[in-house]
Amino acid sequence: MEEIIISVVQRTLVAGTPLLLGTIGEIISERSGILNLGVEGVMAVGAVTAFIVTHHTGNPWLGLCAAIVAGMLISMVHAFASVSLQSNQVVSGLALPMLGLGLAGLLGKPYVGKPLAIKINTMPIPFLSDIPIVGPVLFNQSPFFYLAILLAIGVWFMLEHTLLGIRIRSAGENPKATETQGVNVSRIRYLSVIAAGGFSAMAGAHLSTSYSRSWIEGMTAGRGWIVIALTIFALWNPLRAVFGAFLFGGIFVLQYMLQPLGISPNFLAMLPYLATLLVLLVGGLRDSRRLNAPAMLAEPYRRGER
Amino acid sequence: MKKIESLEMINISKSFQGVRANDNISMKVSSGEILGLLGENGAGKTTLMNILYGIYQPDTGEIRVNGQRIFIDSPKASIDHGIGMVHQHFMLVQNHTVIENIALGYAHAPKLFPQKKIRQRVVSFSEKFNFNIDPEKKVWQLSAGEQQRVEIVKALINGAGLLILDEPTSVLTPQETRDFFQVLGKMREDGQMIILISHKLDEIKRLCDRVTVLRKGQVVGHANAGQLDKRSLARMMIGRDVIFSFSREKIPRKEKVLEVADVRVDGDKGYPVVNGISFEVFRNEIFGIAGVSGNGQRELVEAITGLRMVTHGQIRINDIDITNQSPRKIHNTGVSHVPEERIRFGIAPNLFIYENAILKQHHQKKFSRRAFLAYGRIKAHTRQLIKDFQVATPSINVQTKNLSGGNIQKLILGREIADKPDLLVASHPTYGLDVGATEYLRNQLLKLRAEGGAVLLVSEDLEEIFELCDRIAVIFQGSFMGILESDDPRIADIGMMMAGTRDLKAGEGADASL
Amino acid sequence: MLHFKVSDREQISALGTFLTLVLALTAGMVAIGLLFIISGVNPFFAFKKIFSGSFGSLYGFKETITKAIPLILIGGGLAVVFKAKFWNIGAEGQLLMGAIFGTWVGLNWGPSLPAPVIVPLMFLAGFLGGAFWGLIPAILKLRFSINEVISTLMLNYICAEFLTLLIVGPWKSPKKFGFPYTDDLPDSAILSLLPGSRIHTATLIVAVVAVVVLTIVIYKTRFGYEVRVIGENPDAAKYAGIDFSRTTMLIMVISGGMAGLAGVGEVAGIHHYLSYPDSISSGYGFTAIIVAWLAKLNPIYVIFSGIFFAGILVGGDAIQISLGLPAATVAVFNGTLLIFLIMGDFFTKNKVRILAGERG
Repeated sequence: MEEIIISVVQRTLVAGTPLLLGTIGEIISERSGILNLGVEGVMAVGAVTAFIVTHHTGNPWLGLCAAIVAGMLISMVHAFASVSLQSNQVVSGLALPMLGLGLAGLLGKPYVGKPLAIKINTMPIPFLSDIPIVGPVLFNQSPFFYLAILLAIGVWFMLEHTLLGIRIRSAGENPKATETQGVNVSRIRYLSVIAAGGFSAMAGAHLSTSYSRSWIEGMTAGRGWIVIALTIFALWNPLRAVFGAFLFGGIFVLQYMLQPLGISPNFLAMLPYLATLLVLLVGGLRDSRRLNAPAMLAEPYRRGER
Repeated sequence: MKKIESLEMINISKSFQGVRANDNISMKVSSGEILGLLGENGAGKTTLMNILYGIYQPDTGEIRVNGQRIFIDSPKASIDHGIGMVHQHFMLVQNHTVIENIALGYAHAPKLFPQKKIRQRVVSFSEKFNFNIDPEKKVWQLSAGEQQRVEIVKALINGAGLLILDEPTSVLTPQETRDFFQVLGKMREDGQMIILISHKLDEIKRLCDRVTVLRKGQVVGHANAGQLDKRSLARMMIGRDVIFSFSREKIPRKEKVLEVADVRVDGDKGYPVVNGISFEVFRNEIFGIAGVSGNGQRELVEAITGLRMVTHGQIRINDIDITNQSPRKIHNTGVSHVPEERIRFGIAPNLFIYENAILKQHHQKKFSRRAFLAYGRIKAHTRQLIKDFQVATPSINVQTKNLSGGNIQKLILGREIADKPDLLVASHPTYGLDVGATEYLRNQLLKLRAEGGAVLLVSEDLEEIFELCDRIAVIFQGSFMGILESDDPRIADIGMMMAGTRDLKAGEGADASL
Repeated sequence: MLHFKVSDREQISALGTFLTLVLALTAGMVAIGLLFIISGVNPFFAFKKIFSGSFGSLYGFKETITKAIPLILIGGGLAVVFKAKFWNIGAEGQLLMGAIFGTWVGLNWGPSLPAPVIVPLMFLAGFLGGAFWGLIPAILKLRFSINEVISTLMLNYICAEFLTLLIVGPWKSPKKFGFPYTDDLPDSAILSLLPGSRIHTATLIVAVVAVVVLTIVIYKTRFGYEVRVIGENPDAAKYAGIDFSRTTMLIMVISGGMAGLAGVGEVAGIHHYLSYPDSISSGYGFTAIIVAWLAKLNPIYVIFSGIFFAGILVGGDAIQISLGLPAATVAVFNGTLLIFLIMGDFFTKNKVRILAGERG
């Protein structure tokens, strides 16, 4: 029994890691006022880039770096459309998943069915991983897991306790006031969207170089859309995102474990989306200010508007 | 960088879509001095100051600081030159704390832990001027006066040698205004340079060392405040003498149209802002509500027109109870409404003129056949409307946003009057319009009155109130301080009532504002 | 130093709009060509294949029309809700819900009813199913101010999982060799096809009639006027006594219902049974967003933009087979064209002047 629990929790953490990485990025973007629906596409680009670079260089870390760069580059498309062109963010946000998934499919075509010779393996932390139960669960994980946790804390700190964080949040709450304080809102928003792209790509790299060691079309499997849900579920707070990501990851893992008990895996798969709606519902019933949603989320902003 | 000691703006011009908001304006201010920038709404004061603050770029002209020409292409450049601005509509992030708002624009805010590290500075600034603001409170929890103080700290903490204040008292209660004047005095003693934008003569005369008067985008005069009396300032500002009384044919009041009985209304934040108001408006009458904006006028009007819930009391039109009915039902009982922010509420800017000319009336028989709109009749009606109300437009097939503010307002007023209402509710109908359009619209209101309509006029513009109204109610903090006949001698003391003094006896009251 | 000055265009001419559109599509094609080159595909060959596979041959054109049917239906509905600035991106889920409702009626009542009765009943059920699924986000927005982008997105997934739950569970057919499919619809519930094609004429007619009617509704009726006022300025709509809740719910009934009709068409016209969500709809609900956008939110233009994007879908299948390209190639097309359309839109609505030299 103990082993089963350990294994379930371990796999939950693995499943939750790419969700957490993507969500941290989406939180930054949305906090700056830009709804970025492109996560799924950017994840795919990250996954394929990491895979190709690792395949040719034999260095998965190089693959990760290349993925981040690629994710940032393709995210600039959304930044350009939503910030410079002030387009409707829903519509331009839908271009990115299409473009990203399509490009990833095209570029990855020659690599389908060729597993990597090397991948990013689990990295036990000395001493800590020897602690019974907690050790193998928390401290014998992929480096992506540790990275995701550290980044979540780091981004939370950045948003709450640094000047940059205040500027990002202000750009999402009241871009006009932010601009009059001498802050370049467009630049902040560009940076936030591009950073979000880096995070999504990291999540993709996790899928192709750590979670598995292969590339197949559609391997992101809707995780990018769960990230959008998770961002709201976490109420735009990276620390709550840690909790949410592993909760949603746990639901993934349980989907197939509980099937023999007569619980439909499809019903479990619905839960993250239902839970997100429920959070909005309960929050909306109480006090919408407590929800902490960026006030100007998805509203285009033009400088010097009269 | 050397502290800013003098600032000149030379031959500044700026146009918006062909309209000259600033036309060759020059002005100068030096330290230890309060310069008043006086002008009516729409005279170009705010545009000029937004140029100085880097929000707009001038089409021509130059700005000099301490005699050196400088270029201000963004608010940041402006801040770097020692200029700070407190906007009329506060530029604050409502969901953030006071200290986060201050850190946002503070040039020397540390990158890490800015909230903790600048707290002490904020507190000491706040103590210096007796501001008494809690730096940890969220801005939305603060009163208007407190928010203004946050804005002032924001500017001063950056070492602003020049502080621009745009209509600073328009949102303040009289008590807050008094405190604010004290703060200004103290800042002047400190050697601060201040530009005070206002259209309130009193304020300018009381506070300023020098005045520059704008009209229609041009400078019409400079003066030392001491040399001028209010009447001559007003003349410069408006371009003619302000006439304080009008002779109007008296029409006896008979038929009651609107009856408001002990009405209470909650504001956006959920607490009451109209506290038990009662009055009646009759046929052939213009009933004015005077007062500083933000005292419940907007909510009262919204309650009467069905846009906001009434929590207590009753509203009747022609003896029919319309309390908390839908806007359409109320409109159908004979109520038209000229809303206060015309572009925000009165029109759909991207639709054609003829589509906007029937807004709110589109469901009426004359404009529709069953489920369909009768576009032929609608267009004919619109042509008549733009002719009758002198709306300047090349055609009715033009998107309404291409009209000037005055023409949009003529279109809206025309639309509402053409509906032959029993009651017309007009909020700030001439706000920001030029003199010609203003006079035209006022005459239309008088015409409606003569033809048997009842008008409820809400305005901040006392001249407008005096010119038009048969009776004047003064609103303060959600209550009427009294209702005066136009020939009531107490009218001279209306300023006192606007500041919260209730039911003056005739002749009482020390200073008659205006 | 270069910098840009952006301002509102005061007059937007129809010709200018059209030319910008053509220019945007051309530029998009060039960009797609570049992406092909990067991926090692000869772009001229690929474009030729796409064209011959979609419009250049009779077979291809029939397939194009087949795929245009759901795009026109959904795109027409979306044009209406988008006009009111209600961002329904849940058409995919509404389509599936329509398919579920329609299939239930077909399976249960089909055997005992003749075609002229059961087919309209199935369409009605599909419309109701889609409308029901579309009403939920409308109510969530009106009652609890939940952003419709989020809720429609969530409801897509919830519906897809619900459909899967049905076909692997209670609705699973014993006759399909263990595959998660429902039984075949009875013959009376299957739509007749245009001979030699997969074009289910009944749905095609419904689609074309629906967008014509919607165009009249939007531009000629009181209701359409109210929808447009809400979209242009919700504050003015409230001032004008327009019932925001009622209008929003109605347009979501229309938009969801149209997607539901598309769902019935796909099941009763092409598949004949319910199977996995991705095989019932190959992303029609999302592609239709671009279709509506390209049609400038005018329902009648949706016919043309729907056929255009259907052509890309079919042509994409063609190059997938002949060039061995992955299925996602079509997505590159859609994504890139969408971006260029957005750019075109920007230049239609704004004047952009490039100013050289010093600022000020």
